[in-house]
Amino acid sequence: MLKNRIIPCLDVKNGRVVKGINFVDLKDAGDPVEQAKIYSDGGADEICFLDITASNENRDTIYDIVEKTSKKCFVPLTVGGGVRSVEDINRLLKCGADKVSINTAAVENPKVVIDSSKKFGSQCVVVAIDAKKKGDKWEVFTHGGRNNSGIDALEYAKQMEENGAGELLVTSMDRDGTQVGYDINLMSKISSEVNIPVIASGGVGNLDHLVDGIKLGNASAVLAASIFHYGKHSIKEAKEYLDSKGIPVRI
Amino acid sequence: MNVTIVDYKSGNISSVINSFKEVAKNKVNIEVTSDLNKIKSSDKIVLPGQGSFKNCIEALKKINGITDTLNEFVINKKKPVLGICVGLQMFADIGYEETKTEGLGWISGNVSKIDNQNGKYKLPHIGWNQIEIVKNSKIFKDIESKSHMYFVHSYEFIPKDKDVISATIEYSSKIVCSVEKGNIYGTQFHPEKSDKLGLKIIENFLKL
Repeated sequence: MLKNRIIPCLDVKNGRVVKGINFVDLKDAGDPVEQAKIYSDGGADEICFLDITASNENRDTIYDIVEKTSKKCFVPLTVGGGVRSVEDINRLLKCGADKVSINTAAVENPKVVIDSSKKFGSQCVVVAIDAKKKGDKWEVFTHGGRNNSGIDALEYAKQMEENGAGELLVTSMDRDGTQVGYDINLMSKISSEVNIPVIASGGVGNLDHLVDGIKLGNASAVLAASIFHYGKHSIKEAKEYLDSKGIPVRI
Repeated sequence: MNVTIVDYKSGNISSVINSFKEVAKNKVNIEVTSDLNKIKSSDKIVLPGQGSFKNCIEALKKINGITDTLNEFVINKKKPVLGICVGLQMFADIGYEETKTEGLGWISGNVSKIDNQNGKYKLPHIGWNQIEIVKNSKIFKDIESKSHMYFVHSYEFIPKDKDVISATIEYSSKIVCSVEKGNIYGTQFHPEKSDKLGLKIIENFLKL
């Protein structure tokens, strides 16, 4: 039986973890490689890096981090943030990323998704959708949530599946950072719209939210950042809780 | 011992390289190449594969003389080969991804799209699934049945001779996830991404 995945996400800026794990025994609390290793040793089903480096000069730091992490972590590694072109994707994959998530570029230039899925296979192409509710619909935002594309999120999700995305990483901008739970309606609507797996993101504040994302939102995987940071919950606790609620997880 | 990861310029093989080097340490020499002479002089080869069956076969066949070299290695010399994901699928006679494409024909059978029961099951089949070991395979030494392995694929290998099947998984139907036929080994899952147990399988292959 296929298990639902739990994916911790690390925000990386200028080569350092921004919101990280606050463990006392960490040699360097800001080192993404060390934190990724802790997560993978702790049973994370995948690791996700989101590069939020603003300036172009420091962009190259992510490649070095990916390269080091892929030599220490032997679970899938997804990297996103600032991915603009097929060449960017190629470089991340060469450094050892298993999947690359594409956000703004997928909206601005659909060919990036079409070409990269043809070239590298759909299995490594994740389209990240940042969606914000407007009336009874959701609109797709780009540039880290700053620009409204005006595109309907459900139609966009379908389009990205046709363009060759292997998975969708759906973030509710209304919920992101609020810790009140995923936008279940958004997740379940997109999940029923497409045949590819949906990863739910944005808004997790407790372990019940993970349960809801899977049971009510029909997500194949749940991504969370803050509940795993600062030692609030371990991956193991999360998995045991999901298991106790009858959700199949890898333990 | 020399083990060659066949690099035929298709898809992403960094993770395969990293995992084999991690397990090999300095005891086994891991080469990553498409050089025919190096392949010939290897003790074992690994055939990775990502993307579509058609693209992988086409990329492989772009390397002049490689199919003869691989056939000689695997069929005549009977030296060990491990196919991973599409690398395993290419062992088949025929693949049906994109268009009908001839495979390497080492294990009779074909590669077809997983029946997702009209959308009831998501495709690709992505994530961790529990393998059911159905026959003793040397690469499963110290691996228990029901162990979790990492998968990402939309097509499945359906061998004609069911005796080659060493493990299956349950998804929309029972899917073959590992085969062993003499010196030919293959996994549909990615041992290189399956954490410690995946590395154990790689170690088992290196120790053959």
